[in-house]
Amino acid sequence: MTRALDGVDLDVPEGTVLGLLGPNGAGKTTTVRILTTLLVPDAGEAQVAGVDVLADPQEVRRRIGVSGQYAAVDEYLTGFENLRMIGKLYHLGAARASARARELLELFTLTDAGDRPVKGYSGGMRRRLDLAGALVADPPVLFLDEPTTGLDPRSRADMWELLQGMVRGGTTVVLTTQYLEEADLLADDIVVIDHGHAIARGTADQLKAQVGGERLEIVANDPAQVERVRSALAEVAVGEVEVEPHTRRLIAPVDGGAQTLVRVLSRLDAEGVRLSDAGLRRPTMDDVFLTLTGKRTDETDPAGGTAGPDTTDEQKAGAPA
Amino acid sequence: MSAFWSAVGDGATIAQRNLIKVRRVPDLLVGTLISPIMFILLFVYVFGSAIPVPPGTNYASFLVPGIFAQTVIFGATVTGSGLADDMQKGVIDRFRSLPIAPSAVLVGRTTSDVVTNVLVILIMTATGLAVGWRITTSPLEALAGFALLLLFAYACSWVMAFVGLIVRSPEVFNNVSFIVIFPITFIANTFVPTTNFPTVLRFIADWNPVSAVTQASRELFGNPSLVDTGAAWPLQHPVLYTLVWAFVLVAVFLPLATRQFKRSAAR
Repeated sequence: MTRALDGVDLDVPEGTVLGLLGPNGAGKTTTVRILTTLLVPDAGEAQVAGVDVLADPQEVRRRIGVSGQYAAVDEYLTGFENLRMIGKLYHLGAARASARARELLELFTLTDAGDRPVKGYSGGMRRRLDLAGALVADPPVLFLDEPTTGLDPRSRADMWELLQGMVRGGTTVVLTTQYLEEADLLADDIVVIDHGHAIARGTADQLKAQVGGERLEIVANDPAQVERVRSALAEVAVGEVEVEPHTRRLIAPVDGGAQTLVRVLSRLDAEGVRLSDAGLRRPTMDDVFLTLTGKRTDETDPAGGTAGPDTTDEQKAGAPA
Repeated sequence: MSAFWSAVGDGATIAQRNLIKVRRVPDLLVGTLISPIMFILLFVYVFGSAIPVPPGTNYASFLVPGIFAQTVIFGATVTGSGLADDMQKGVIDRFRSLPIAPSAVLVGRTTSDVVTNVLVILIMTATGLAVGWRITTSPLEALAGFALLLLFAYACSWVMAFVGLIVRSPEVFNNVSFIVIFPITFIANTFVPTTNFPTVLRFIADWNPVSAVTQASRELFGNPSLVDTGAAWPLQHPVLYTLVWAFVLVAVFLPLATRQFKRSAAR
């Protein structure tokens, strides 16, 4: 039996942002689906905004806003009609629902497109509209399931700006993401999930300290010289040097920044080793996983997060009022 | 606001949303109408010339009520494909995360499909009138005829809702419903009287609720039904038989569809 979630225990203080970080199929979406009353877990308990999710799901729904991974907006309706419909279904009343829809279109810079059917919207516009849908009733708790997955870099940056503005407003947010950078930017606390287990938690700084500062990445020109690059890197690395023989790529965690890069490059140059590429970069999601699990994200089993009813979990997302 | 009126309001909001789609994508309505219009033209002018009807009887006035029945049943399939589509696109998840009445999505869907079927019937009525079909009864009886067709379609909507929620893919749903509905509407008195069918087929056709709906509307519109005095019970009491079927279908499939909705949505 596959367990999509097993022993995930969360606690989100009111007014803070919790980032659930993990690869595809880790159990992030399952967690969000349980907390948003879309999925009933086999075991465990959860409270959202002080309300028991299993005992009173309808009351939970009044207090949450949900924005999903697949941008569940209605293609045939205009942006305005989508938001007005959601407002009516929150029982704001027709007039208030219309006014709120216009307000949100303005806030999300969709005013011009507001009266066009969503079918013609770009991916970024759809995401913004979906996010606006989550805010219609001004809920105290927000769930954002991978708000930027599949967006191009520019739309992603726009979305981040929007989200940063929102979280500064003091809303309690549970955010899932595959990007460390995103969790870093938006979340106060991060829980790393893999195979339905919480494998690490802490602030972005704490996690990065655990993962190590930067990565020095070098691609050797000649397969025969990979070993010489490895020994040069081993001297400066603060952890294990990773070698990908097929691509002749070597990755080492380092902490000296540009100085270290210069030292390694001049040594290799002096030895006559020719390189295709070299650079410093920040740790990625991949590095976090490699450090925490010893596996790259693409080696993890994607089937883990899809199992529905046979989940076991214990979780608490309380925002005591 | 009481829970009941709140549920009615939620259902109406979702029905309205479905109808906006019909207005915005008229192709859907045109798609529903093309085949019945084609059937009327083909049968009245091509096959109709070879189908023997008693002297003084107009084949078109026999055929059109049958086409009405077939059309509203196909119209009811929109319920299933619409739900499957919403399920696939995550719109159902969005609805389920909102504090709405649990019945709202299904009630809204079946209601909007009745409204669509009213539109379809209006256009088919115009088409029927154009090929020589006439109502010869009182307006009240005629209205009863239309109401019965819509009621039967509404009952079918609940069957379609159940199937649509099970298959979860609009494409699969459309294929399945086509394969099932076509024989059901052909092994009936829709296009020809059942009198000369082989025994077994005639038995099926006579007890087929589609025959009863057709027969009932022929009676209520005052059209020739070509039924002899020794016909099967359903054809002698078509209105009653249709009402019983509609009632049974709703009684069975409303709870089934509701249960399936809760289940599929919880996956």
